[in-house]
Amino acid sequence: MTLPHIPALRRGRAYESLDKAQLLDHKTGKVLTEISQVNAGIIRKDLARVSESRAALKKFTTEQLIEIAAKAGEFFLNGSLPLGDKGHMQSAQEYVETLSSTSGLPHIMVRRNMSKIHHALTNMRTVLNGLTRGLDLEILDKGFGKQFGTPISYYPTTQALGLVMPSNSPAVNSLWLAAIVLKTPVIIKPGKEEPWTPYRLIQAFIAAGCPAEAFGFYPTDHEGAGEILKSCGRALIFGDKATTDRYANNPAIQVHGPGYSKVLIGDDQIDRWPEYIDMIAGSIADNGGRSCINASAVVVPKFGREIAEALGKKLGPVAPLAATDENARLSGFANVKMAEYIDNAIEQDLKTSGATDVTAAHRGGSRKVEYEGGVYLRPTVIHCDTFAHPLANREFLCPYASVVEVPQNQMLDKIGPSLVVTAITKDPKFTDALLDSPLIERLNIGPISTMKISWDQPHEGNMFEFLYKRRSIERSDF
Amino acid sequence: MNVEASAIKAAQDNLDAHTREIVQWHFSPETGSPFWLDWAKKASWDPAKEVNTFNDILRFPHFQDEWLRDLPNEIWAPKAFKGRPFNIFETGGTTGMPKQRIGWDDYKVDYSEFSDKLKDEEFPRNSYWLMMGPTGPRRLRLAIEHLANVRGCSCYFIDLDPRWVKKLISGKQFEQAKAYMDHVVDQSVTILKNRKVSALFTTPKLLEALGEKINLWDAGIRGVFCGGTTMLPQYVRFLIEEVLENRIGFQPTYGNTLMGLAASVPLTPEDKFSISYYPPQPRAVLRVVDPNNTSVLKNYDEWGRVELTTLTREFFMPRFLERDEAIRKAPRNQYAWDGVAEVRPFGAMEKNIVEGVY
Repeated sequence: MTLPHIPALRRGRAYESLDKAQLLDHKTGKVLTEISQVNAGIIRKDLARVSESRAALKKFTTEQLIEIAAKAGEFFLNGSLPLGDKGHMQSAQEYVETLSSTSGLPHIMVRRNMSKIHHALTNMRTVLNGLTRGLDLEILDKGFGKQFGTPISYYPTTQALGLVMPSNSPAVNSLWLAAIVLKTPVIIKPGKEEPWTPYRLIQAFIAAGCPAEAFGFYPTDHEGAGEILKSCGRALIFGDKATTDRYANNPAIQVHGPGYSKVLIGDDQIDRWPEYIDMIAGSIADNGGRSCINASAVVVPKFGREIAEALGKKLGPVAPLAATDENARLSGFANVKMAEYIDNAIEQDLKTSGATDVTAAHRGGSRKVEYEGGVYLRPTVIHCDTFAHPLANREFLCPYASVVEVPQNQMLDKIGPSLVVTAITKDPKFTDALLDSPLIERLNIGPISTMKISWDQPHEGNMFEFLYKRRSIERSDF
Repeated sequence: MNVEASAIKAAQDNLDAHTREIVQWHFSPETGSPFWLDWAKKASWDPAKEVNTFNDILRFPHFQDEWLRDLPNEIWAPKAFKGRPFNIFETGGTTGMPKQRIGWDDYKVDYSEFSDKLKDEEFPRNSYWLMMGPTGPRRLRLAIEHLANVRGCSCYFIDLDPRWVKKLISGKQFEQAKAYMDHVVDQSVTILKNRKVSALFTTPKLLEALGEKINLWDAGIRGVFCGGTTMLPQYVRFLIEEVLENRIGFQPTYGNTLMGLAASVPLTPEDKFSISYYPPQPRAVLRVVDPNNTSVLKNYDEWGRVELTTLTREFFMPRFLERDEAIRKAPRNQYAWDGVAEVRPFGAMEKNIVEGVY
């Protein structure tokens, strides 16, 4: 059996490059696939004809594309789909196994991520309703219409959506799915270690009847990624703080950096803290702690040490299990250097006084461990004396959180930009302040996990408002 | 196309005879250069008498390129050229004093010979050329003009200063580097829009940038002579298929001021866009050697460091270690001697090397 080869897709057409990268099993080092790499010049050349891709999508109504998305969801979750251009097919189970072996995610987490993507695809009407605030979708097909007694017209801000994808978690791909239904072709640079999910999604869309021309899939280098960001008109990038800062003032680029998501408990509820430990632990550690919506700080007015200790007791013993184990909660690191960097960074900052690793006592060993040939980071909860401590507002690609005591009336001044805040309070004044805060992108009021996604509301930026703008329109019958 | 053993033997005999003649020329008081005559005085052997075959060149140590930087130019002038002013050609020089090679007619010999390898349908005779690349103190500028002249016409020039580009890139001034590249390419577009040009010399990156601003075929270009930096197979394929659209001739070369130029053999499907270059032997010899023991040749199709020996009456340069690595290639087509393929900066796999647009 030949090795699968994942080609670049140029307006949907497979392109086998002479320059290929290999993707390895993170435990055994076995080569699982080769991936064609393309240079920025090829992307530039293809982008010059991207209007053809948009034209292919415009032939469909939004309703038809919603149906296609739903079918694609079923194919993605259960189907056998082409893997590359050498005749290989990939079943859903093979996708789970392969993604797990290259990313380190246990099977159970891959399946949960699949379910999220499936849910987004099969509930696209709800998603669009949330994004467009109930817009009559025919208006998108015609470009104009009348709703709520008012003439309405929307125009596309771009001919294509560029995506520079990460490797950390397959569900991030759910962010771009709506673009296809909104008739916007996608130009994807897959994460170096995670081509599987976007490639499978593209195949699922094509199998469901979506025109192949709508998809650009370009495994490429730094220059190629820059080209996608620069030339697509609208683009998403996932990256660290340095990346976030670089593109912060560019309205054409939506940046998905660290989330710095948090759990806050108000004065009125703090005495009930033991009731919330399970929810907080889940917010920290679900999905292997790899999402930007994982909580990375727990901010409380008092009982900080007790809460930290309780979380440490709950999460500290969590250890790696076999990838196939249904109870596996940790993800391995395909990039071992990243695990080393994180472990060293935490240890280094623990040398600054005022912080204690409360999980250490419950771990019975080091944070970085090897298990069945893979490298893992075990959960880490740090109690910090103040929010100024270097470990208080940090985010790492593993189950990690700080617990810090901050008086309630100072919390919103301290927390900084936060993708998700779960605020456990019934205090109307505190709730008002939370609702007013421009620092919080998604707000959960009550004991709701930061990991909960509501598909009927925009999350992590509104894709519709990113891809379309409203214009004023007047038409006369003449 | 494999080369007959007899042809390889003949080429080797020719190289041995040429080596003897050139070494005797540079080491004879009547014709030799001050540098080599002085060198021989200090050596414990007499190259004029003891070099009989090319293999005897291995008795020389590696040529030190600092000599070209630190010593006066006259020291390299063979006595036989006395009274004829020489050209001074430079290489390097991004920081500090550049290396300089003097010369008279070598570049004309090299490029007249190269002209014979070009197809008339790709590089039409009596048609204008455009050179977009490093002119200034480089041998290439006169060489391309000579090539255009030999083929019956003249050449337009757009200069690119690679020293400035390297400084910009080393200083992470990428926007400035891009702006400079645009400036260079825009000038070429202007020429192509206003003059009838059929042949182009440029570097790979500039070719790509030019192709994005103007359709080269529609602009009249029928052949592109390209050189200057690494051209790995996928990039060669990109240039041929996407930039030149499989309809403009592509003539990649490997060369520099110290060697001249090594032409490439026409690509076949089996090459998978890996270009093999062959030096203008016997005037220049390329060996691919073990970087840790440079007296040892690598086997065919193995990577090694490129070692250049230049053997002309104007310039003798034994065993200069290039800052390049390459795959050693067997004799092929009309070239009955070793070639090199997939040339890239030495150590490219280990570190990031600034090549810029040159």
